[in-house]
Amino acid sequence: MHETLAATPAWVLLAYLVSGVLFILALRGLSSPETSQQGNRYGMIGMTIAVATTLIIHNVGLPLIVGAIAIGGGIGYFIAQRIKMTAMPELVAGFHSLVGMAAVLVGVAAYLNPDAFGIIDPATGEIAAVSRVEMGLGVAIGAITFSGSVIAFLKLSGRMSGAPIQLPARHVINLGLLAAILILVGYFTVDQSPWVFFTITALSFIIGFLLIIPIGGADMPVVISMLNSYSGWAAAAMGFTLNNSAMIITGALVGSSGAILSYIMCTAMNRSFISVIAGGFGGESVSGDKGAAVERPWKRGSAEDAAFIMQNAESVIIVPGYGMAVSQAQHALREMGDLLKKDGVSVKYAIHPVAGRMPGHMNVLLAEANVPYDEVFELEDINSDFAQADVAFVIGANDVTNPAAKTDKTSPIYGMPVLDVEKAKTVLFVKRSMGGVGYAGVDNDVFYMDNTMMLLADAKKMVETINKSLGH
Amino acid sequence: MDHLIPQLSIFVLACFVGYYVVWSVTPALHTPLMAVTNAISSVIIVGALIAASAAVGGSETSKWLGLLAVALASVNIFGGFAVTQRMLGMYKKKDRKVGGSK
Repeated sequence: MHETLAATPAWVLLAYLVSGVLFILALRGLSSPETSQQGNRYGMIGMTIAVATTLIIHNVGLPLIVGAIAIGGGIGYFIAQRIKMTAMPELVAGFHSLVGMAAVLVGVAAYLNPDAFGIIDPATGEIAAVSRVEMGLGVAIGAITFSGSVIAFLKLSGRMSGAPIQLPARHVINLGLLAAILILVGYFTVDQSPWVFFTITALSFIIGFLLIIPIGGADMPVVISMLNSYSGWAAAAMGFTLNNSAMIITGALVGSSGAILSYIMCTAMNRSFISVIAGGFGGESVSGDKGAAVERPWKRGSAEDAAFIMQNAESVIIVPGYGMAVSQAQHALREMGDLLKKDGVSVKYAIHPVAGRMPGHMNVLLAEANVPYDEVFELEDINSDFAQADVAFVIGANDVTNPAAKTDKTSPIYGMPVLDVEKAKTVLFVKRSMGGVGYAGVDNDVFYMDNTMMLLADAKKMVETINKSLGH
Repeated sequence: MDHLIPQLSIFVLACFVGYYVVWSVTPALHTPLMAVTNAISSVIIVGALIAASAAVGGSETSKWLGLLAVALASVNIFGGFAVTQRMLGMYKKKDRKVGGSK
Protein backbone atom coordinates (compact mmCIF):
# COMPACT_ATOMS: atom_id res chain seq x y z
CA MET A 1 0.00 0.00 0.00
CA HIS A 2 2.00 2.95 -1.28
CA GLU A 3 1.04 6.29 0.08
CA THR A 4 2.30 8.51 -2.64
CA LEU A 5 2.43 12.20 -2.03
CA ALA A 6 0.13 13.01 -4.92
CA ALA A 7 -2.57 10.90 -3.33
CA THR A 8 -2.82 13.10 -0.26
CA PRO A 9 -6.39 14.45 -0.15
CA ALA A 10 -6.82 18.17 -0.63
CA TRP A 11 -8.51 18.74 2.71
CA VAL A 12 -5.42 17.36 4.44
CA LEU A 13 -3.13 19.79 2.67
CA LEU A 14 -5.50 22.61 3.57
CA ALA A 15 -5.66 21.53 7.19
CA TYR A 16 -1.87 21.64 7.46
CA LEU A 17 -1.89 25.05 5.82
CA VAL A 18 -4.43 26.28 8.38
CA SER A 19 -2.27 25.11 11.24
CA GLY A 20 0.74 26.83 9.66
CA VAL A 21 -1.24 30.07 9.53
CA LEU A 22 -2.34 29.64 13.14
CA PHE A 23 1.32 29.32 14.15
CA ILE A 24 2.06 32.60 12.39
CA LEU A 25 -0.77 34.20 14.38
CA ALA A 26 0.68 32.74 17.56
CA LEU A 27 3.89 34.67 17.02
CA ARG A 28 2.03 37.72 15.82
CA GLY A 29 0.17 37.83 19.13
CA LEU A 30 3.43 38.37 20.96
CA SER A 31 3.73 41.91 19.60
CA SER A 32 2.00 43.06 22.76
CA PRO A 33 1.25 41.47 26.13
CA GLU A 34 -2.48 42.11 25.63
CA THR A 35 -2.77 39.96 22.53
CA SER A 36 -0.18 37.39 23.55
CA GLN A 37 -2.43 34.95 25.37
CA GLN A 38 -4.84 34.81 22.44
CA GLY A 39 -1.81 34.16 20.22
CA ASN A 40 -0.75 31.25 22.36
CA ARG A 41 -4.24 29.79 22.06
CA TYR A 42 -4.00 30.01 18.26
CA GLY A 43 -0.78 28.05 18.56
CA MET A 44 -2.50 25.32 20.56
CA ILE A 45 -5.36 25.12 18.06
CA GLY A 46 -2.87 24.90 15.21
CA MET A 47 -1.07 22.03 16.90
CA THR A 48 -4.33 20.22 17.61
CA ILE A 49 -5.36 20.50 13.96
CA ALA A 50 -1.99 19.19 12.75
CA VAL A 51 -2.06 16.21 15.12
CA ALA A 52 -5.72 15.39 14.52
CA THR A 53 -5.32 15.53 10.75
CA THR A 54 -2.36 13.18 10.87
CA LEU A 55 -4.20 10.76 13.12
CA ILE A 56 -7.24 10.71 10.87
CA ILE A 57 -5.42 9.95 7.63
CA HIS A 58 -3.12 7.29 9.03
CA ASN A 59 -4.54 4.15 10.49
CA VAL A 60 -3.00 4.28 13.87
CA GLY A 61 -2.64 1.83 16.68
CA LEU A 62 -4.41 4.38 18.79
CA PRO A 63 -3.81 3.00 22.29
CA LEU A 64 -0.02 3.10 21.94
CA ILE A 65 -0.01 6.57 20.45
CA VAL A 66 -2.44 7.97 22.97
CA GLY A 67 -0.29 6.39 25.66
CA ALA A 68 2.86 8.04 24.30
CA ILE A 69 1.14 11.42 24.06
CA ALA A 70 -0.33 11.08 27.55
CA ILE A 71 2.99 10.16 29.13
CA GLY A 72 4.99 12.82 27.28
CA GLY A 73 2.29 15.44 27.63
CA GLY A 74 1.82 14.71 31.31
CA ILE A 75 5.51 15.09 32.01
CA GLY A 76 5.69 18.28 29.97
CA TYR A 77 2.66 19.81 31.65
CA PHE A 78 3.90 18.89 35.10
CA ILE A 79 7.32 20.45 34.46
CA ALA A 80 5.72 23.57 33.00
CA GLN A 81 3.61 24.10 36.13
CA ARG A 82 6.43 23.46 38.56
CA ILE A 83 9.42 25.14 36.97
CA LYS A 84 10.75 28.26 38.67
CA MET A 85 10.86 31.32 36.47
CA THR A 86 14.56 31.75 37.22
CA ALA A 87 15.13 28.29 35.71
CA MET A 88 13.51 29.25 32.39
CA PRO A 89 16.77 29.33 30.40
CA GLU A 90 17.65 25.73 31.20
CA LEU A 91 14.06 24.65 30.65
CA VAL A 92 14.08 26.13 27.17
CA ALA A 93 17.45 24.52 26.44
CA GLY A 94 16.09 21.20 27.64
CA PHE A 95 13.01 21.53 25.44
CA HIS A 96 15.21 22.36 22.44
CA SER A 97 17.10 19.15 22.96
CA LEU A 98 13.84 17.19 22.78
CA VAL A 99 12.89 18.77 19.46
CA GLY A 100 16.34 17.88 18.16
CA MET A 101 16.06 14.29 19.35
CA ALA A 102 12.54 13.93 17.94
CA ALA A 103 13.84 15.14 14.55
CA VAL A 104 16.64 12.57 14.65
CA LEU A 105 14.23 9.78 15.57
CA VAL A 106 11.81 10.74 12.81
CA GLY A 107 14.68 10.87 10.34
CA VAL A 108 15.92 7.43 11.35
CA ALA A 109 12.38 6.03 11.25
CA ALA A 110 11.91 7.47 7.76
CA TYR A 111 15.21 5.93 6.67
CA LEU A 112 14.23 2.52 8.01
CA ASN A 113 10.70 2.63 6.67
CA PRO A 114 10.68 5.01 3.68
CA ASP A 115 7.54 3.41 2.29
CA ALA A 116 5.39 4.75 5.12
CA PHE A 117 6.64 8.27 4.43
CA GLY A 118 5.98 8.06 0.71
CA ILE A 119 9.55 8.95 -0.21
CA ILE A 120 10.32 5.97 -2.43
CA ASP A 121 11.27 6.79 -5.98
CA PRO A 122 9.06 4.44 -8.05
CA ALA A 123 11.69 4.27 -10.81
CA THR A 124 14.46 2.80 -8.66
CA GLY A 125 12.65 1.45 -5.61
CA GLU A 126 15.13 3.34 -3.45
CA ILE A 127 14.65 6.51 -1.43
CA ALA A 128 14.33 9.49 -3.77
CA ALA A 129 17.55 11.49 -4.05
CA VAL A 130 15.95 14.78 -3.02
CA SER A 131 14.48 13.12 0.05
CA ARG A 132 17.89 11.75 0.96
CA VAL A 133 19.39 15.24 1.05
CA GLU A 134 16.46 16.52 3.11
CA MET A 135 16.67 13.58 5.48
CA GLY A 136 20.43 13.86 5.82
CA LEU A 137 20.24 17.56 6.59
CA GLY A 138 17.26 17.13 8.91
CA VAL A 139 18.98 14.44 10.93
CA ALA A 140 22.24 16.39 11.03
CA ILE A 141 20.59 19.60 12.25
CA GLY A 142 18.45 17.65 14.69
CA ALA A 143 21.46 15.89 16.15
CA ILE A 144 23.41 19.15 16.49
CA THR A 145 20.40 20.73 18.18
CA PHE A 146 20.16 17.80 20.56
CA SER A 147 23.75 17.54 21.75
CA GLY A 148 24.27 21.30 21.72
CA SER A 149 21.15 21.86 23.81
CA VAL A 150 22.11 19.18 26.27
CA ILE A 151 25.41 20.95 26.92
CA ALA A 152 23.63 24.32 27.12
CA PHE A 153 21.17 22.78 29.58
CA LEU A 154 23.97 21.38 31.74
CA LYS A 155 25.81 24.69 31.75
CA LEU A 156 22.72 26.80 32.46
CA SER A 157 21.49 24.58 35.26
CA GLY A 158 24.91 24.62 36.88
CA ARG A 159 25.41 20.88 36.48
CA MET A 160 28.44 21.71 34.39
CA SER A 161 30.83 24.61 34.84
CA GLY A 162 29.77 27.67 32.85
CA ALA A 163 33.40 28.39 32.11
CA PRO A 164 34.44 27.80 28.53
CA ILE A 165 36.29 24.54 27.98
CA GLN A 166 38.72 24.91 25.12
CA LEU A 167 40.20 22.05 23.22
CA PRO A 168 43.36 22.72 21.29
CA ALA A 169 42.81 22.93 17.53
CA ARG A 170 39.04 22.92 18.05
CA HIS A 171 38.41 25.17 15.07
CA VAL A 172 40.20 22.74 12.78
CA ILE A 173 38.31 19.80 14.28
CA ASN A 174 34.95 21.55 13.97
CA LEU A 175 35.49 22.69 10.42
CA GLY A 176 36.73 19.24 9.48
CA LEU A 177 33.66 17.62 11.01
CA LEU A 178 31.35 20.06 9.30
CA ALA A 179 32.99 19.41 5.94
CA ALA A 180 32.76 15.65 6.52
CA ILE A 181 29.03 15.92 7.29
CA LEU A 182 28.33 17.95 4.16
CA ILE A 183 30.36 15.61 1.96
CA LEU A 184 28.58 12.59 3.40
CA VAL A 185 25.17 14.18 2.81
CA GLY A 186 26.23 14.65 -0.80
CA TYR A 187 27.50 11.07 -1.02
CA PHE A 188 24.25 9.84 0.54
CA THR A 189 22.44 10.76 -2.69
CA VAL A 190 24.38 8.12 -4.61
CA ASP A 191 24.80 5.52 -1.88
CA GLN A 192 22.00 4.99 0.60
CA SER A 193 23.81 2.41 2.74
CA PRO A 194 23.23 2.57 6.47
CA TRP A 195 26.83 3.45 7.29
CA VAL A 196 26.56 6.74 5.41
CA PHE A 197 23.33 7.71 7.12
CA PHE A 198 24.42 6.75 10.61
CA THR A 199 27.87 8.30 10.24
CA ILE A 200 26.16 11.59 9.37
CA THR A 201 24.05 11.21 12.50
CA ALA A 202 26.99 10.35 14.75
CA LEU A 203 29.26 13.12 13.47
CA SER A 204 26.45 15.62 13.96
CA PHE A 205 25.98 14.60 17.58
CA ILE A 206 29.71 15.12 18.10
CA ILE A 207 29.89 18.51 16.43
CA GLY A 208 26.92 19.82 18.42
CA PHE A 209 28.70 18.84 21.60
CA LEU A 210 32.02 20.38 20.50
CA LEU A 211 30.37 23.61 19.35
CA ILE A 212 28.81 24.50 22.68
CA ILE A 213 31.46 23.18 25.06
CA PRO A 214 33.85 26.15 24.53
CA ILE A 215 31.18 28.85 24.96
CA GLY A 216 31.06 30.69 28.28
CA GLY A 217 28.00 31.19 30.46
CA ALA A 218 27.47 34.83 29.59
CA ASP A 219 27.26 34.08 25.88
CA MET A 220 24.36 31.76 26.58
CA PRO A 221 21.71 34.24 25.33
CA VAL A 222 23.25 33.87 21.88
CA VAL A 223 23.67 30.11 22.13
CA ILE A 224 20.15 29.46 23.30
CA SER A 225 18.74 31.64 20.50
CA MET A 226 20.92 29.84 17.99
CA LEU A 227 19.73 26.43 19.16
CA ASN A 228 16.18 27.74 18.98
CA SER A 229 16.87 28.57 15.37
CA TYR A 230 18.37 25.13 14.66
CA SER A 231 15.38 23.33 16.11
CA GLY A 232 13.31 25.25 13.55
CA TRP A 233 15.55 24.36 10.61
CA ALA A 234 15.44 20.71 11.68
CA ALA A 235 11.63 20.77 11.65
CA ALA A 236 11.66 22.49 8.25
CA ALA A 237 14.01 19.89 6.75
CA MET A 238 11.71 17.13 8.00
CA GLY A 239 8.76 19.05 6.56
CA PHE A 240 10.41 18.91 3.13
CA THR A 241 10.88 15.15 3.51
CA LEU A 242 7.26 14.64 4.48
CA ASN A 243 5.93 17.28 2.09
CA ASN A 244 4.11 18.84 5.00
CA SER A 245 3.42 22.56 4.75
CA ALA A 246 2.67 22.96 8.47
CA MET A 247 6.16 21.70 9.28
CA ILE A 248 7.82 23.79 6.58
CA ILE A 249 6.06 26.98 7.65
CA THR A 250 6.70 26.35 11.32
CA GLY A 251 10.32 25.45 10.71
CA ALA A 252 10.87 28.64 8.75
CA LEU A 253 9.16 30.74 11.44
CA VAL A 254 11.11 29.21 14.30
CA GLY A 255 14.32 29.25 12.33
CA SER A 256 14.08 32.94 11.52
CA SER A 257 12.87 33.76 15.01
CA GLY A 258 15.94 32.17 16.57
CA ALA A 259 18.22 33.77 14.02
CA ILE A 260 16.80 37.23 14.72
CA LEU A 261 17.13 36.75 18.47
CA SER A 262 20.76 35.66 18.02
CA TYR A 263 21.35 38.77 15.96
CA ILE A 264 19.74 41.02 18.59
CA MET A 265 21.83 39.42 21.33
CA CYS A 266 25.05 39.76 19.34
CA THR A 267 24.36 43.43 18.61
CA ALA A 268 23.64 44.03 22.29
CA MET A 269 27.07 42.65 23.14
CA ASN A 270 28.77 44.21 20.13
CA ARG A 271 30.13 40.81 19.25
CA SER A 272 30.02 39.11 15.91
CA PHE A 273 28.14 35.87 15.68
CA ILE A 274 31.30 34.13 14.51
CA SER A 275 33.28 35.26 17.55
CA VAL A 276 30.57 33.99 19.90
CA ILE A 277 30.48 30.62 18.17
CA ALA A 278 34.27 30.49 18.11
CA GLY A 279 33.83 30.66 21.86
CA GLY A 280 36.14 31.22 24.77
CA PHE A 281 34.85 34.61 25.93
CA GLY A 282 34.75 34.98 29.70
CA GLY A 283 37.64 32.64 30.28
CA GLU A 284 40.71 33.34 32.33
CA SER A 285 42.59 34.46 29.25
CA VAL A 286 41.01 37.92 29.13
CA SER A 287 41.40 38.83 32.79
CA GLY A 288 45.08 39.74 32.54
CA ASP A 289 44.85 43.54 32.69
CA LYS A 290 42.63 44.12 35.69
CA GLY A 291 45.38 44.26 38.33
CA ALA A 292 46.01 48.00 38.12
CA ALA A 293 42.57 49.10 39.22
CA VAL A 294 42.19 47.12 42.43
CA GLU A 295 43.60 49.79 44.74
CA ARG A 296 41.21 52.60 43.85
CA PRO A 297 39.08 54.03 46.68
CA TRP A 298 35.37 53.33 46.78
CA LYS A 299 32.51 54.05 49.16
CA ARG A 300 30.54 51.45 50.98
CA GLY A 301 26.97 52.14 52.00
CA SER A 302 24.47 50.43 54.25
CA ALA A 303 20.90 49.45 53.57
CA GLU A 304 19.74 52.32 55.79
CA ASP A 305 21.74 54.82 53.72
CA ALA A 306 20.27 53.42 50.54
CA ALA A 307 16.73 53.57 51.93
CA PHE A 308 17.24 57.15 53.04
CA ILE A 309 18.62 58.27 49.69
CA MET A 310 15.85 56.60 47.71
CA GLN A 311 13.07 57.85 49.97
CA ASN A 312 14.21 61.38 49.38
CA ALA A 313 14.60 60.95 45.66
CA GLU A 314 12.04 61.91 43.07
CA SER A 315 12.91 59.21 40.60
CA VAL A 316 14.65 55.87 40.87
CA ILE A 317 15.66 53.67 37.95
CA ILE A 318 16.29 50.04 38.82
CA VAL A 319 18.77 48.13 36.67
CA PRO A 320 18.48 44.37 37.22
CA GLY A 321 20.94 41.76 35.94
CA TYR A 322 21.71 38.09 36.19
CA GLY A 323 22.67 38.48 39.86
CA MET A 324 19.06 39.35 40.66
CA ALA A 325 17.95 36.08 39.09
CA VAL A 326 20.60 34.09 40.95
CA SER A 327 19.54 35.40 44.34
CA GLN A 328 15.81 35.38 43.46
CA ALA A 329 15.54 39.02 44.49
CA GLN A 330 12.72 39.98 42.11
CA HIS A 331 9.90 39.77 44.69
CA ALA A 332 11.79 41.78 47.29
CA LEU A 333 12.66 44.27 44.57
CA ARG A 334 9.03 44.72 43.59
CA GLU A 335 8.18 45.31 47.25
CA MET A 336 10.89 47.95 47.39
CA GLY A 337 9.36 49.58 44.32
CA ASP A 338 5.92 49.57 45.96
CA LEU A 339 7.23 51.10 49.18
CA LEU A 340 9.01 53.84 47.24
CA LYS A 341 5.94 54.55 45.15
CA LYS A 342 3.92 54.97 48.33
CA ASP A 343 6.37 57.70 49.27
CA GLY A 344 5.71 59.38 45.96
CA VAL A 345 8.93 58.30 44.27
CA SER A 346 8.74 57.46 40.58
CA VAL A 347 10.12 53.97 39.95
CA LYS A 348 11.14 52.54 36.58
CA TYR A 349 13.08 49.51 35.48
CA ALA A 350 15.76 49.53 32.79
CA ILE A 351 16.53 46.29 30.99
CA HIS A 352 19.61 45.66 28.91
CA PRO A 353 18.95 43.18 26.09
CA VAL A 354 21.57 40.71 27.33
CA ALA A 355 20.81 41.00 31.03
CA GLY A 356 20.34 37.45 32.26
CA ARG A 357 20.89 34.22 30.45
CA MET A 358 18.31 34.40 27.68
CA PRO A 359 16.47 37.07 25.70
CA GLY A 360 13.79 38.70 27.84
CA HIS A 361 14.88 36.85 31.00
CA MET A 362 14.61 39.91 33.27
CA ASN A 363 11.19 40.87 31.93
CA VAL A 364 9.76 37.49 32.83
CA LEU A 365 11.18 37.61 36.34
CA LEU A 366 9.81 41.10 36.95
CA ALA A 367 6.45 40.04 35.54
CA GLU A 368 6.49 37.06 37.88
CA ALA A 369 7.00 39.46 40.79
CA ASN A 370 3.96 41.47 39.60
CA VAL A 371 5.89 44.43 38.32
CA PRO A 372 3.55 46.05 35.75
CA TYR A 373 5.13 45.75 32.33
CA ASP A 374 4.59 49.41 31.56
CA GLU A 375 7.13 50.31 34.26
CA VAL A 376 9.77 48.21 32.51
CA PHE A 377 11.75 49.83 29.70
CA GLU A 378 14.23 48.73 27.09
CA LEU A 379 17.66 50.27 26.83
CA GLU A 380 16.99 52.70 24.00
CA ASP A 381 13.74 53.93 25.57
CA ILE A 382 15.16 54.75 28.97
CA ASN A 383 18.82 55.56 28.50
CA SER A 384 18.25 59.29 28.19
CA ASP A 385 16.31 59.29 31.49
CA PHE A 386 19.35 58.47 33.64
CA ALA A 387 20.61 62.07 33.36
CA GLN A 388 17.42 63.28 35.08
CA ALA A 389 17.17 60.43 37.55
CA ASP A 390 18.09 60.89 41.19
CA VAL A 391 19.07 57.29 41.79
CA ALA A 392 20.19 54.42 39.58
CA PHE A 393 19.79 51.22 41.58
CA VAL A 394 21.95 48.54 39.96
CA ILE A 395 21.26 45.05 41.21
CA GLY A 396 23.16 42.05 39.92
CA ALA A 397 24.25 43.75 36.71
CA ASN A 398 27.75 44.90 35.94
CA ASP A 399 29.16 44.94 32.43
CA VAL A 400 25.95 46.36 30.96
CA THR A 401 26.57 49.52 33.02
CA ASN A 402 30.28 49.88 32.31
CA PRO A 403 31.10 53.27 30.78
CA ALA A 404 34.38 51.84 29.48
CA ALA A 405 32.29 50.39 26.66
CA LYS A 406 31.79 53.97 25.46
CA THR A 407 35.22 55.43 26.06
CA ASP A 408 37.98 52.84 26.37
CA LYS A 409 38.96 51.45 22.99
CA THR A 410 41.17 48.80 24.59
CA SER A 411 38.35 47.36 26.67
CA PRO A 412 37.06 43.96 25.58
CA ILE A 413 33.53 45.30 25.80
CA TYR A 414 34.23 48.50 23.82
CA GLY A 415 31.35 49.35 21.54
CA MET A 416 28.75 47.39 23.46
CA PRO A 417 25.64 49.51 24.10
CA VAL A 418 25.43 50.17 27.86
CA LEU A 419 23.02 51.76 30.30
CA ASP A 420 24.24 55.23 31.30
CA VAL A 421 23.84 54.71 35.05
CA GLU A 422 26.81 56.96 35.82
CA LYS A 423 24.73 59.97 34.72
CA ALA A 424 22.27 59.58 37.60
CA LYS A 425 22.82 61.82 40.65
CA THR A 426 23.52 58.79 42.82
CA VAL A 427 24.35 55.25 41.86
CA LEU A 428 23.53 52.49 44.32
CA PHE A 429 25.35 49.36 43.24
CA VAL A 430 24.29 46.08 44.82
CA LYS A 431 27.06 43.53 44.44
CA ARG A 432 28.18 40.46 46.29
CA SER A 433 31.76 41.66 46.84
CA MET A 434 34.31 44.00 45.35
CA GLY A 435 36.43 41.10 44.21
CA GLY A 436 34.32 39.67 41.46
CA VAL A 437 34.28 41.31 38.09
CA GLY A 438 31.66 40.81 35.41
CA TYR A 439 31.81 38.06 32.85
CA ALA A 440 34.05 40.10 30.59
CA GLY A 441 36.68 40.26 33.33
CA VAL A 442 36.88 44.05 33.18
CA ASP A 443 36.76 46.54 36.03
CA ASN A 444 33.89 48.99 36.14
CA ASP A 445 34.68 52.69 36.72
CA VAL A 446 31.22 53.20 38.15
CA PHE A 447 32.35 51.48 41.39
CA TYR A 448 34.85 54.23 42.12
CA MET A 449 32.83 57.33 41.32
CA ASP A 450 32.14 59.92 44.01
CA ASN A 451 28.41 59.56 43.59
CA THR A 452 28.44 55.77 43.78
CA MET A 453 27.66 53.84 46.91
CA MET A 454 28.50 50.15 46.91
CA LEU A 455 26.01 47.93 48.73
CA LEU A 456 27.94 44.73 49.25
CA ALA A 457 25.69 41.80 50.09
CA ASP A 458 23.54 39.12 48.58
CA ALA A 459 21.06 40.95 46.37
CA LYS A 460 17.93 39.57 48.00
CA LYS A 461 19.14 40.12 51.58
CA MET A 462 20.20 43.65 50.76
CA VAL A 463 16.84 44.56 49.24
CA GLU A 464 14.96 42.97 52.14
CA THR A 465 17.01 45.02 54.61
CA ILE A 466 16.35 48.16 52.59
CA ASN A 467 12.63 47.34 52.66
CA LYS A 468 12.71 47.11 56.46
CA SER A 469 14.23 50.59 56.64
CA LEU A 470 11.70 51.91 54.14
CA GLY A 471 8.90 50.34 56.14
CA HIS A 472 9.09 52.73 59.09
CA MET B 1 11.37 16.61 -7.59
CA ASP B 2 7.92 17.92 -8.50
CA HIS B 3 7.30 18.82 -4.91
CA LEU B 4 10.55 20.60 -4.30
CA ILE B 5 9.73 23.90 -5.97
CA PRO B 6 6.32 24.43 -4.30
CA GLN B 7 7.87 23.40 -0.99
CA LEU B 8 10.74 25.79 -1.47
CA SER B 9 8.30 28.59 -2.32
CA ILE B 10 6.38 28.01 0.90
CA PHE B 11 9.62 27.85 2.84
CA VAL B 12 11.11 31.05 1.47
CA LEU B 13 7.87 33.01 1.88
CA ALA B 14 7.48 31.69 5.42
CA CYS B 15 11.01 32.85 6.23
CA PHE B 16 10.01 36.35 5.16
CA VAL B 17 6.80 36.19 7.18
CA GLY B 18 8.86 34.98 10.14
CA TYR B 19 11.32 37.81 9.71
CA TYR B 20 8.67 40.52 9.83
CA VAL B 21 6.53 38.90 12.50
CA VAL B 22 9.45 38.30 14.84
CA TRP B 23 10.79 41.83 14.54
CA SER B 24 7.38 43.06 15.67
CA VAL B 25 7.58 40.99 18.87
CA THR B 26 8.19 43.27 21.83
CA PRO B 27 11.56 42.56 23.51
CA ALA B 28 9.78 42.14 26.84
CA LEU B 29 8.21 38.97 25.44
CA HIS B 30 11.36 37.40 24.02
CA THR B 31 11.40 34.62 26.60
CA PRO B 32 7.79 33.60 25.90
CA LEU B 33 8.67 33.84 22.20
CA MET B 34 11.37 31.22 22.67
CA ALA B 35 9.05 29.03 24.68
CA VAL B 36 6.25 29.18 22.13
CA THR B 37 8.51 28.68 19.12
CA ASN B 38 9.78 25.66 20.97
CA ALA B 39 6.28 24.35 21.36
CA ILE B 40 5.32 24.88 17.73
CA SER B 41 8.54 23.41 16.35
CA SER B 42 7.30 20.20 17.94
CA VAL B 43 4.94 20.01 14.99
CA ILE B 44 7.58 17.47 14.05
CA ILE B 45 5.25 15.17 15.95
CA VAL B 46 3.44 14.81 12.61
CA GLY B 47 6.43 12.87 11.28
CA ALA B 48 6.63 10.89 14.49
CA LEU B 49 2.96 9.92 14.22
CA ILE B 50 3.43 8.73 10.65
CA ALA B 51 6.38 6.59 11.75
CA ALA B 52 4.50 5.23 14.75
CA SER B 53 1.41 4.37 12.75
CA ALA B 54 3.25 2.72 9.86
CA ALA B 55 1.28 -0.25 8.59
CA VAL B 56 2.16 -3.78 9.53
CA GLY B 57 5.00 -5.15 7.45
CA GLY B 58 7.03 -1.99 7.90
CA SER B 59 10.01 -1.87 10.17
CA GLU B 60 9.19 -2.60 13.82
CA THR B 61 12.16 -0.50 14.94
CA SER B 62 10.89 2.41 12.94
CA LYS B 63 7.54 2.15 14.69
CA TRP B 64 9.06 2.21 18.16
CA LEU B 65 11.36 5.07 17.25
CA GLY B 66 8.28 6.90 16.07
CA LEU B 67 6.49 6.24 19.34
CA LEU B 68 9.47 7.52 21.32
CA ALA B 69 9.53 10.63 19.15
CA VAL B 70 5.80 11.10 19.76
CA ALA B 71 6.44 11.02 23.51
CA LEU B 72 9.37 13.46 23.33
CA ALA B 73 7.50 15.88 21.10
CA SER B 74 4.49 15.68 23.43
CA VAL B 75 6.64 16.75 26.38
CA ASN B 76 7.53 19.77 24.35
CA ILE B 77 4.07 20.56 23.04
CA PHE B 78 2.30 20.38 26.39
CA GLY B 79 5.24 21.79 28.33
CA GLY B 80 5.94 24.55 25.83
CA PHE B 81 2.40 25.85 25.50
CA ALA B 82 1.70 25.52 29.22
CA VAL B 83 4.81 27.34 30.31
CA THR B 84 4.17 30.07 27.73
CA GLN B 85 0.63 30.47 29.00
CA ARG B 86 1.93 30.65 32.56
CA MET B 87 4.47 33.31 31.69
CA LEU B 88 2.06 35.40 29.62
CA GLY B 89 -0.43 35.31 32.45
CA MET B 90 2.09 37.14 34.63
CA TYR B 91 2.44 40.19 32.40
CA LYS B 92 0.12 42.76 33.89
CA LYS B 93 -0.48 46.41 33.30
CA LYS B 94 -0.53 49.09 35.96
CA ASP B 95 -3.79 50.76 37.09
CA ARG B 96 -5.86 47.86 38.31
CA LYS B 97 -4.75 47.05 41.84
CA VAL B 98 -1.70 49.26 41.97
CA GLY B 99 1.37 48.61 44.12
CA GLY B 100 1.29 48.30 47.85
CA SER B 101 -1.53 45.82 47.83
CA LYS B 102 -0.22 42.36 48.42
